[in-house]
Amino acid sequence: MRAALAQASLVRHRSRTLLAVLGVAIAAAMLLDMVMLATGMRESFRELLLSRGFEIRLAPKGTLPFDTDATIPGVAAITATLRGNRDIREISPVLGSSIHVQAGNRYIASSTLGIDPSVQGDYELLSGSDVTAPDAIVANDYLLRQLGARVGDTLNVATGYDPQTRTYSGQRKLVVTGTVKFLYGANDQSASAMRRETLEAMASANPMSGSRSADRASLFMVRVRKGADAEKVRDWIEANVPNVTAISIATAIAQVDERLSYFRQLAFILGAVSLFVGFLLVTTLVTVSVNERAGEIAVMRAIGVSKAHVIQQVVLEGVAISVAGAILGLGLGLITARYLNTILSAFPGLPMSIDFFLFQPVAAWSALGLLVASGVGAGIYPAWRASSLPISETLRREAIA
Amino acid sequence: MSALPGTPIVSLRDVRRDYTLGRSAERVHALQGVTLDVERGDYVAIVGPSGCGKSTLLNLIGVIDQPTSGTVSIADRRVDAMSDREATQFRLRNIGFVFQRFYLMPILSALENVALPLAEAKVPKTERLARAAELLEYVGLGNRQRHRPAELSGGEQQRVAIARALANQPALLLADEPTGELDARTGTEIIALFQQLNADGTTIVVVTHDEDLASAARRKIHMRDGRVVDG
Repeated sequence: MRAALAQASLVRHRSRTLLAVLGVAIAAAMLLDMVMLATGMRESFRELLLSRGFEIRLAPKGTLPFDTDATIPGVAAITATLRGNRDIREISPVLGSSIHVQAGNRYIASSTLGIDPSVQGDYELLSGSDVTAPDAIVANDYLLRQLGARVGDTLNVATGYDPQTRTYSGQRKLVVTGTVKFLYGANDQSASAMRRETLEAMASANPMSGSRSADRASLFMVRVRKGADAEKVRDWIEANVPNVTAISIATAIAQVDERLSYFRQLAFILGAVSLFVGFLLVTTLVTVSVNERAGEIAVMRAIGVSKAHVIQQVVLEGVAISVAGAILGLGLGLITARYLNTILSAFPGLPMSIDFFLFQPVAAWSALGLLVASGVGAGIYPAWRASSLPISETLRREAIA
Repeated sequence: MSALPGTPIVSLRDVRRDYTLGRSAERVHALQGVTLDVERGDYVAIVGPSGCGKSTLLNLIGVIDQPTSGTVSIADRRVDAMSDREATQFRLRNIGFVFQRFYLMPILSALENVALPLAEAKVPKTERLARAAELLEYVGLGNRQRHRPAELSGGEQQRVAIARALANQPALLLADEPTGELDARTGTEIIALFQQLNADGTTIVVVTHDEDLASAARRKIHMRDGRVVDG
C-alpha cells in the first residue's frame, strides 16, 4: 500500500515528476562521467601498460620511458645481468630514433623503434608479417598513407639529416612487411619499427650519432615469471643495474596518479556537486509535494495511519525519483562519456589506446548507489515534516484555507 | 458497530484546552472546563457559533489533540495522555472520522480509499477488499467502486468518506460539518445515512451548523465561549 501510494503521488503530477527525474538523470549522468573520468585514465593507462604483459620498464637513470633522447649503454651486459634473476622471464630492449623516409622527391619524418620481434611489446601486427628479416620495416597506417606506400613496397630510409649540406645519411632500403598499430602511439603520429640491429647499423653510419648508437637502448621492457613479485624484481634491478631507473606498473601508476591528481580533484568536486544538486532537487520536489498534501497527510494520520507509514511513503517517493533518474542517468552518462571520449582522444600526441572515460561497473554502481542513497536522505527531511504535522492544527489551517 | 446502550463511551471531566497564538504569549482558552458524557449508541450533535470550541472538543474526543488539563476517556480508556503511537492505534481501531471536505485520497479509487484503514490494520488484502466493497454497498455506492474521487459528486465522495470511517468497525463515529460542502438535497441524503448508521448501532458525534443535521440527532449539545451551555 505504501509503494502504491508513493507511486500514485508521483503519477499525480506527471510533468513535475518527469522534470525532477530528468534533473536527477542529468546529475546522475554528470556524476557517472566524473567517476569514469576520475578513474578512467588511470585504469586505461594501467591496462595499456599491462596489455602485453611487461610488468617492469627500465629507462635511463632519472628519466621516464622516452621522456628524453637519453639512451642506456651496454644492452648486452644489462641483458646478461637481468638473466641472472630467475624471476625475470623475458627482456625486450627497445631503441627509439627518428628516420626520414623518401616519398618521391621529398622525405617524410617518422619515429621508429628498434626492437626484437620475438619479444616486442610496442605494437600489434594488423596485416602482413613482422620484421623477421634485417631489411624489413613495419609501419602504421598514418605513415603508409603519408608515403603512399603499402606492404611489399621498398622504402629508402635514412637515420640522419644534415641541414647544412641538405644530405641524408645512414640510408638503407627496407621492405614494408606489415602494417601495425603502435600501442603507445597517437593517431596522428607516423611511426615504424625495424629490428634493433638494423636501426643500430643504420645509425652507426650516421655521422651525427655514429658509434653512440651501438649496443644502446632507450628502454628495456621486462616480463616477470608468473607468481613472482614484480616489486621485488624491480628493487633487485635497481640494486644490480645502476644506470637505469626501474619502473613497475605500480610506480608508473603512482606517477600518473601524481600527475593527474588535480584532474581527479576537479572530477571529484564536480561529482560531489552533481550529487548535491540531485539531493537538493529531490528534497525540494518531495517537500513541495508534502506541503501540498498536508491536509491529506493529516487526515491519513487522523484515521489511524502511523507515522512510520507516512515516513516510508515519502521516503519511497524520493527513492523512486532517484532510482528512475539514476537509471536514465546511466544511459545518458554512457552516451555523453562516449562522445566526450571521442573528442578528448583526438587530442594530439595521446596514445590511441588511452580512454579518458572508462566504464568500470564497480565504480559506476557505487556512484549510482550513492545517488540512490542520497535519494533516501533527500526523502528524510520531507518525511520527517510530513510525519510531524500536528493533526488538529493542520486540519484547522486547511479548513480556514 | 455493536452497541451497549446506556454505557458512556465518551467521558470528559473538566477539560480545558488552551492555545498560544503564533509566537506571542497570548493564550486562547478554546475549552474552559468541559464535562460531558456520550452514551453508547447515542447520536449527539454539538452546535454553537463559530469559535465556540466545537471542533476543538471533537478533536479531543477523536484523540488527535490532547487537553491542557482534565481527563478524556473513550471506550473505557484514558486517552488524554496517550503517546502518539498509542493514540494512532487507538484511532485506527476505535474511531471513525468524517470531515467537511471529505479528504479522500484523489489518487485512489473509492474502493481503495475505503480499504486504506483496513490495510493499516493489516487486514489481508482479499478480506479488506471484500469489506470495503460491502461498506460501499452499504452507503449506496456499490456501482462506483472503481471511480476516483474526482469522478464522484460531493455527496458520493462524502459517502465514500463515511464508508472509510466505518472500515475498522469503530466504537465511535465523529463528523465535523459533514454536510458543510453539500447542497441541500445531498445533505439530506447524508443525514438519512447517519440516522441509518445510528439505528444500526453506531455511536455518532457530529459538529455542525446545519440545523437539519442537528435536529436529526437524538441529543443536542450547545456550546458558547468554550463551555457547554446546554445539553
